Amino acid sequence: MQIANPQRRRFLQASAALGGGFLLSLYLPPWRQANAAETDDMAHLSAHIRIHSSGMIEIMSVIPEIGQSIKTSLTMVIADELDADWANVIVETAPLDSATYGRQSAGGSRSIPSHFDQHRRIGAAAKQMLIAAAAQQWQVPASECRASNSRVLHQASGRSKTYGELAAAAAKLDAPTLDKVTLKKPSEFTLIGKFTTGVDNDAIVTGQPLFGIDVDLPDMLYAVFHKCQVFGGKVRRSNVAQIAKLPGVRHAFVVDGVDDFQGISSGIAIVADSWWQAEKARRQLEVEWDEGWAKQQNSPSFDQQAEQLWQQPPAATLSREGDVTQGFSECSKVIEAEYRYPFIAHGQLEPNNCTAVWQQHKLTMWVPSQAPDRGRRQVADALNINEDDITVHVTRMGGGFGRRLFNDYMVEAAWIAKQAQAPVKLLWNRQDDFQHDYYRPGGYHKFKAGLDANGQLHAFSDHFVSFGHNGRPLLAASMHASEFPIGFVPHLQYGSSLIAAQIPTGWLRAPTSNAMGFVFQCMLDEVAHAAGQDPLAFQLALLRRSDAKPANGFAPQRMAAVLERVGQLSGWGKTLPKGQGKGIACYYSHAGYFAEVVHASVDAKGAISIEKVWAVGDVGQFIVNPSGAQHQVQGSILEGLSQALYQKVEIDGGAQVSNYHQHKLLTMDAVPPVEVEFLPSDNPTTGLGEPALPPVIPALCNALFVATGKRVRQLPIKPEMFA
Amino acid sequence: MKYPLKVNGQQLEADVDADTPLLWVLRDTLKLKGTKFGCGMAQCGACTVHLDGEPVRSCVTPISRVGDKAITTIEGIGTDAIGAKLQQAWKILDVPQCGYCQAGQIMQAVSLLRQFPKPTEQQIGDGMKRNFCRCAAYHRIKQAIQHAAEQEA
Ligand code: FES
Ligand code: FES
Repeated sequence: MQIANPQRRRFLQASAALGGGFLLSLYLPPWRQANAAETDDMAHLSAHIRIHSSGMIEIMSVIPEIGQSIKTSLTMVIADELDADWANVIVETAPLDSATYGRQSAGGSRSIPSHFDQHRRIGAAAKQMLIAAAAQQWQVPASECRASNSRVLHQASGRSKTYGELAAAAAKLDAPTLDKVTLKKPSEFTLIGKFTTGVDNDAIVTGQPLFGIDVDLPDMLYAVFHKCQVFGGKVRRSNVAQIAKLPGVRHAFVVDGVDDFQGISSGIAIVADSWWQAEKARRQLEVEWDEGWAKQQNSPSFDQQAEQLWQQPPAATLSREGDVTQGFSECSKVIEAEYRYPFIAHGQLEPNNCTAVWQQHKLTMWVPSQAPDRGRRQVADALNINEDDITVHVTRMGGGFGRRLFNDYMVEAAWIAKQAQAPVKLLWNRQDDFQHDYYRPGGYHKFKAGLDANGQLHAFSDHFVSFGHNGRPLLAASMHASEFPIGFVPHLQYGSSLIAAQIPTGWLRAPTSNAMGFVFQCMLDEVAHAAGQDPLAFQLALLRRSDAKPANGFAPQRMAAVLERVGQLSGWGKTLPKGQGKGIACYYSHAGYFAEVVHASVDAKGAISIEKVWAVGDVGQFIVNPSGAQHQVQGSILEGLSQALYQKVEIDGGAQVSNYHQHKLLTMDAVPPVEVEFLPSDNPTTGLGEPALPPVIPALCNALFVATGKRVRQLPIKPEMFA
Repeated sequence: MKYPLKVNGQQLEADVDADTPLLWVLRDTLKLKGTKFGCGMAQCGACTVHLDGEPVRSCVTPISRVGDKAITTIEGIGTDAIGAKLQQAWKILDVPQCGYCQAGQIMQAVSLLRQFPKPTEQQIGDGMKRNFCRCAAYHRIKQAIQHAAEQEA
């Protein structure tokens, strides 16, 4: 925790609670809030805890819940250091107020690393005050008191008081400085590291309203928003006047839209008494679109352009070490391979939606958003109103996966509510969701790798063909210059070229890494086989090269450790029957180290079965909630398998996918066992939403090579290739 | 059109167009939000409810075809012994990730356990394969079904 100003203190405040109790809350004094220069640091000073005289403890959940279990795991961290009895704890969703709560978006596996230490301190500070209050009342030194299960105890005299009894007195005391509070020893944790079930489980299994789509307001109308299937297409003419007369329809109007994929799109809004009436009216729409430039783009032409670009040197150099030309000339064996992967969609199960009320130039919104603060800014920009005039309530959401880091549907809802002057719930249908996504960009890699006479990797190059607009890569379509094996091979060069495209692209769980893991880890597996070495031994030797220069905080010994462990766990090296194989891969992303092994088999007809997956991860010192952690790893792995086996968005002007049958998910009958193990290390605790995904795709492809002798160099995998 | 409906043992009424899918009648007219919309094309199973005890996809079931069949939704399945066991297992094993598919999963699992009180892996795979979980909480769903199957009703 970084505190710029050592004098900065956090205060606890007592105030009357609803129902007559007292609240003990960590708060930021008003004079601090007024000081704009300190805004950044204020982010870490917050109002996370309220203790009622009844003993009930409210803890704020500050990060949007998308299924990553953060609502449970981060509040567990406070409760643990507070020594709160988890049974007395109620978790509330914090208001959107980043000045008070710090980062309030869910992405990049950053919630745990950015809040873990701070949440521990907030819990510990409140506990320290409760102990001080008790010590004062009993007139004993605080050092003789301890806290346990929402009580402070004085062992010598056998006295004890509950937190509820102490809250009001504690609130009158000076608050400790957060960075000075004493934290528990890990051996004293009561919650951190324990399997803890989700705080919303009761509501989920009984069908209580929780999600954005469940929001319901008095006199609420329902909206659909119809956009052009070609990306960026604009309404030229339509029968919107007739649509407005259909049963139940209250408003139907054209939105002109802007050219930016982050702004409001051109389209037709239909607002009706029920969503079904709006949706039915939409089916009678007749629209003539101005489809613009994007009409001419399509997947086959992308493939051709990639081939052509590969004939030329890369347009830009991303990284260069040594001299690859000379390096290759010194090699005794050179391996070349071309890899391709498609655009894919998020397909989170709850379709995009947002509810907005426009009243007297102010907006109130309920939104399932991973980045609601950014959404509020976008709405303010689009409607040309003040951010302060927009109140945002963040709901639980039916999956995120990065889709809801984009707030296009929030802007649409605000726009429509303003026009309709009524409470409006905008809800997309599944086709909208698949056709107006921010897709994981496709890409093409042409690799060349050279081995020296000792079978060591001596030279390595990649010509990455990606997608761009006006000469700049599309969002999430660039490659890190520090992609492994940089630093582990004397001569290396990465270059890139761009295909011009107008496609909304964006972050999908483990952005860039979900594709880079596939191409780089498959290519290194090819190199290992070409060198006649075991792929696990080959990667370990590479990671342990004495002349290595690791980049970007990458710790090769941590990767080597998870690789070795997953090798042991999976029985790596044992011979398997014909038609079966195990593949291994590892990847470092979002500060997490994962190595995975897939055991796959292929029958005579080419059908693929995945027998089992093993995963070993190092995400630092603590696993906050083993339940959520296991969920994230298993979920990431099964998602990666769905991508590898099924998923592709064909582009022809727009996205040629309308529902899940064209963008499949793994289903219950095909789910392999996934064994997960964590290797704790003495490193900061980091997040688990993403890093387990990238290795599973190459591990599967590498297993299929062992099983069949055939290399998968293109996703999704075509089973015909094994028939 | 006015449709009398028997929902979770209660007699209710909805005044909607004949082609309105049961899903939207439940959610938007009767304000029972537990049944979820995922695909609208009988692909994902998020909208699963029971008609006279049989699982159906409410997103493709027009209200005019419901007739006098008893409708059971996630809000009412807890009064059923198997439903209650499954809800309990779902909580103990912490099945939900985002939770959005889980109402449909539980409704489907109830009919699976009615058919096969002690289902094999294969029966669970076949019985549940039309209910997507985008978060892929499949391991826990399977464990919870097995756990519930072992509990006395
Ligand atoms: S919403 Fe009915 S099956 Fe998907
Ligand atoms: S728990 Fe998220 S879709 Fe199943």
